[in-house]
Amino acid sequence: MKGLLLIFALLVFSVGSPANTTALKVQDTPWDDGKALDITWTTSADSIILQKADSLGVWQTIFSGPAIPAKYSDRDLVPNKQYTYLLVASVGADSDTIRVTASAKPTEQWFYLHKLSFLIILLVVSMAILFYIQLARMGKDFYIRRISGLDSMEEAVGRATEKGKPILFVPGIGDLDDIQTIASLTILSQLAQRSAEYDTELIVPCRFSMVLSAAREVVKEAYLKVGKPDTYKEERIFYLTDDQFGYVAGIDGMMVREQPAANFFLGSFYAESLILAETGFSTGAIQTSGTAQASQLPFFVVSCDYTLIGEELFAASAYLSRDPQQLGSLKGHDFGKLLTIVLILIGVLTEIIGWHWFKAFFEGVQ
Amino acid sequence: MKRNLPLFFAFFCGLLVIVSEFIPHRPFSMMIDTLQEWFMIISGFAIILGQISLFQSNINKIKQKDSGWMFYLAGLLSFILMLLVGLFWGTQETGGLFGHGVSLQANLGMKPFDYLFEFAYMPLSSTMFSLLAFFIASAAYRAFIIRSFESNLLMLTAVIVILGRTSFGSMLTGWLPESVRFWHLPNLSDFIMEYPNSAAQRAIMISAALGIIGSSLRIILGIERSYLGSDK
Repeated sequence: MKGLLLIFALLVFSVGSPANTTALKVQDTPWDDGKALDITWTTSADSIILQKADSLGVWQTIFSGPAIPAKYSDRDLVPNKQYTYLLVASVGADSDTIRVTASAKPTEQWFYLHKLSFLIILLVVSMAILFYIQLARMGKDFYIRRISGLDSMEEAVGRATEKGKPILFVPGIGDLDDIQTIASLTILSQLAQRSAEYDTELIVPCRFSMVLSAAREVVKEAYLKVGKPDTYKEERIFYLTDDQFGYVAGIDGMMVREQPAANFFLGSFYAESLILAETGFSTGAIQTSGTAQASQLPFFVVSCDYTLIGEELFAASAYLSRDPQQLGSLKGHDFGKLLTIVLILIGVLTEIIGWHWFKAFFEGVQ
Repeated sequence: MKRNLPLFFAFFCGLLVIVSEFIPHRPFSMMIDTLQEWFMIISGFAIILGQISLFQSNINKIKQKDSGWMFYLAGLLSFILMLLVGLFWGTQETGGLFGHGVSLQANLGMKPFDYLFEFAYMPLSSTMFSLLAFFIASAAYRAFIIRSFESNLLMLTAVIVILGRTSFGSMLTGWLPESVRFWHLPNLSDFIMEYPNSAAQRAIMISAALGIIGSSLRIILGIERSYLGSDK
């Protein structure tokens, strides 16, 4: 009987003791690249100190502060390596120090679950684009709305030819790893063909050497294509400087000195967009611009005669080449827009109804 | 072969980058970083190409005495000067061929390269950037000229936003009672920026993202080839 009472007393004491109210749990962060651990704790203490054992086994403080919220995410860890954590909490009336340790190993997963919605949208849009390309291959004729900025290319080249002045093409300030620069170079290819046909000089100042070599190749091939390789002038496609405002100063100087009849600003632009476009405007050149940088578009709209807004820049090559396959892909963009509109409407409705899972799914909440 | 090999690389690397965006496990998780490092290495070599182009185009213009040839000369001399002082005495913590140039540092207060960067390059760059203020004024003037219903709307919105961001605007409508606080200019300005402006910007961004998907797909599948120089 005495023994039973002793066990009961011990049990009551242990349940009520501060040590049992303090626990530490370390778990691998799910669906990640194995570089993070989620640490959670329960304690009656107001504040805690969280420490991690370094490679020598010495405790290093990684968090010190209030116990709530009782979670901490340790990041930038090495995958598949064991990590040990120590929680130090002062609890009870006499501020007894409780120490609890826990270990875990971060592991790499095979899928980012929070990106599932992106993957689904990407697959649906890509399949739609491929479907329309296939339809175009089978001979289906698609209606593509007119893009005045691209229709103006003939007008710009014609005007430059009439005035006997050059055309200036600025491929943006992005390097070749920027898709806007690639889109810009595809337009340059079409423009170079027209300028070669009309024997109009084309000036292409580049900010990066990689863009320079790609631009030279593109223009050279365009001149070859129209059978005028002898009129191609490599020195008119040149490197200026890597510096953003140095590049702008160089182009501004060129615009003022050489007075090009047509300016094309297509690609990635930042703070320099208005400086370029306003200088071009002051010289009286016909100006066409295009970028996907939403913050720079108002500047171009104000200062240029034609502006390619967002996706029009990426559609330009397909639009100009009139290649049925490429035009088919533009229909895929339209499907993507329709899908986005539908998803936004469903999202608004589900939020009004109170079903938050739809929004959470697209926000990537796990 | 000359055309097919780049097309194959574009297909393979494009697919690899897409896959690694969704798979956190090695080796896919390291792919993007590795490809970016490769890009940096290739860019490093390409810099030489850029410098050659810079010299060739400038020297030609100086030789031919093109209009403004002295600017090209100034540009070339500046380039050579910066290159030489950087090579001789290094920059910041890094020493050059002649060490750290202690005596020069004593006179200039810093290394010659850093001195030129701080007192020649930076002011010139800032001057170029400050031109933006004047260009914004001239562009805004043109944008706000009342010609049509749309330009009226644009001007009205711009006036609200401009006033709403100044203390004068706040003072103008400061007397409004709490029940019509929405019409207080700073609140109205915030509303315009937060809702109609954000909505329009997001529409552009979404359409651009769709354009990027389409453009990338065309490049990956080899349908779009003009960036290689030819569509054949």
